[in-house]
Amino acid sequence: MTQTVPTLSHLDWLEAEAIQIMREVAGQCERPALLFSGGKDSICMLRIAEKAFRPAKFPFPLVHIDTGHNYPEVIDFRDRRAAELGERLVVRSLEDSMKRGTIVLKSPDESRNRHQSVTLLETIAEFEFDCLIGGARRDEEKARAKERIFSFRDDFGQWDPKNQRPELWDLYNARVHKGEHMRAFPISNWTELDVWQYIEREKLELPSIYFAHTRPIVRRGNGIVPITDLTPAKAGEEIIDLQVRFRTVGDISCTAPVESDADNIEKIIAETAGTTISERGATRLDDQASEAAMEQRKKEGYF
Amino acid sequence: MTSQHTTEDHGLLRFLTCGSVDDGKSTLIGRLLFDTKAILVDTLTNLERTSQRRGLSSVDLSLLTDGLQAEREQGITIDVAYRYFSTGTRKYIIADAPGHEQYTRNMVTAASTADLAIILVDARRGILTQTRRHAKVCQLMGIPQVVVAINKMDLVNYDPQVFAKLQEEFADVAATIGLESVRYVPMSALEGDMIVDRGDAMRWYEGPTLLEILESAGTSHSETPTHHEVFRMPVQLVCRPQDSANPELHDYRGFMGRISSGMVRPGDEVVALPSGQRSTVTHVEIGGVDLNEGVAEQSVTIRLADEIDISRGDMLAHPDTAPQVVKEAQAMVCWLSETPLDRARTYALRQTTRTVKTKIADIPFRLDINTLAEDATPAQLQMNDIARINLRLAQPICCDAYAQNRGTGAFILIDEATNNTVGAGMLL
Repeated sequence: MTQTVPTLSHLDWLEAEAIQIMREVAGQCERPALLFSGGKDSICMLRIAEKAFRPAKFPFPLVHIDTGHNYPEVIDFRDRRAAELGERLVVRSLEDSMKRGTIVLKSPDESRNRHQSVTLLETIAEFEFDCLIGGARRDEEKARAKERIFSFRDDFGQWDPKNQRPELWDLYNARVHKGEHMRAFPISNWTELDVWQYIEREKLELPSIYFAHTRPIVRRGNGIVPITDLTPAKAGEEIIDLQVRFRTVGDISCTAPVESDADNIEKIIAETAGTTISERGATRLDDQASEAAMEQRKKEGYF
Repeated sequence: MTSQHTTEDHGLLRFLTCGSVDDGKSTLIGRLLFDTKAILVDTLTNLERTSQRRGLSSVDLSLLTDGLQAEREQGITIDVAYRYFSTGTRKYIIADAPGHEQYTRNMVTAASTADLAIILVDARRGILTQTRRHAKVCQLMGIPQVVVAINKMDLVNYDPQVFAKLQEEFADVAATIGLESVRYVPMSALEGDMIVDRGDAMRWYEGPTLLEILESAGTSHSETPTHHEVFRMPVQLVCRPQDSANPELHDYRGFMGRISSGMVRPGDEVVALPSGQRSTVTHVEIGGVDLNEGVAEQSVTIRLADEIDISRGDMLAHPDTAPQVVKEAQAMVCWLSETPLDRARTYALRQTTRTVKTKIADIPFRLDINTLAEDATPAQLQMNDIARINLRLAQPICCDAYAQNRGTGAFILIDEATNNTVGAGMLL
């Protein structure tokens, strides 16, 4: 070999791939949107979008499907970040779908997580979005390990795992007929550790609940349940103040914190690198139901 | 100016595992994840529970890679799955494709992004038709590095002569097919010998373990010399933020894309294809920050000294080493769709960021992937068939031979009625 060729670091490579995917969405789709929840994965997505499109504006609005059960710190962060970037934020809420009667809860305190699909599909129809860019990662769950980067959804928003489009090289096919749409996942190939390393490298700001803080909780089964208006203690349970942080943020009723004293990014990275429990295993109360839980929800149009 | 290249981080390696469940492929992947501590406690607990439920006595590492409900019901892998692990110095992406004959298309898919392939051979069963098929697909897909893993050495008493004999047999196959840079490792995925740890059973083997090979393997086709020297960037988007409030941006025009090979620096002369207009690079940027250079696989924005007409689908290259611009092409194609190829129809061909209409003028032969025999002028191409085709294109494409440059030599065919991706092609 005549010269040393610089190798991209793994973060540079992952970032380059993610930028390419976002630009392909912009190049191939007419009405895309970027899902932004204020969570750490979607915060990385915003930085990738800046690198992909600046100095121009993003060629898509930001969209959040609000369950109405989000931590207020996260919602504040979401609004502030969208304003700082000067990008358009579209928020649609589950409450509106409930008023319309398209979401019917079996009980008032039921987890609203899986009902997000309904509002999401209504939002897609309202704006005629033909592609939603999401921050899902293949390391999160078994069903996701087999999902394409450009994932086709039929006119009911359904994913058919047995009938996916072949995806070769970096030649993505985002073509759809009217009523169908694509989901594009630019950080498919990232792991939880990659996300934290990227947040550190890019000095990205996060909602405060990602860092260790003291919060009233109860211990229920093997897990920690944060005590909120929506998730009160049951009779006989002892409420204690514990030092915790969230590894993932979502609907309050199904997102649990982990015990931790990691109050900065370096400590979180050290904890993540040495952790023995997977992200969803630790913190998503809804994935434990069955091995096939995620596959089932994705078929129904969940992201 | 920022330089993003580091020396401690050995980047990212994508590899493919070829073999069937019988060869212990899932066990090998499970072993790599397990011994590099990429498997977490709850996943393992889940695994133990599943193993017990199905009456398996010890933890079955192969269950780690069986993803979908549909597959678990049938006990086979029906699609490509991606797995991740890291050694601290390097990140790995494993593409796990099933080995059954009817799923050649899955292996082609997994191979398309791989820097390296591991071909599994069962030490008891030796080189099979399936092994030859996997080797041929690796060669066709231009995977730069191949490791032949002679697995289940524990079942042949770790006999060095078995290893030597199989190595010799595969070398013959590799020579026939034209597969270069092949390495061999004896191993037991079940016992964990020569994968991450050397183990004690094969002291006669002095070569590197599988993980040592992976740690030192070349990434991202960096083994091909032309890859560094020949700059190509397909244009994905043109950035014109003229509606911005900032007057400095009124004349801003940036050409956005991911460099598919070579390197570009400010001051370089470039040619835009297919138009042939030339200009000089003034800036190589990422997110508005200037870079000293842009290198292969990096997504950048390039600004030029002159206002020339460039749009999505065009390509920037150095004028002395520009790719060819053609309206007819020969290629090898793997048919991916259940609907056979129809020569009467027009397909959309996507190559780099360019999409053109195409007709298949001719199918000179179909390759029997098992015997390597060429079946002349087949009437049809069915799913999983691999064949030589001649293409006529409605507009020109800017391309290289796939063997020279995977990024500019690859294409997909799209059925314009269903929008499905129906073919994967490699230009000759």
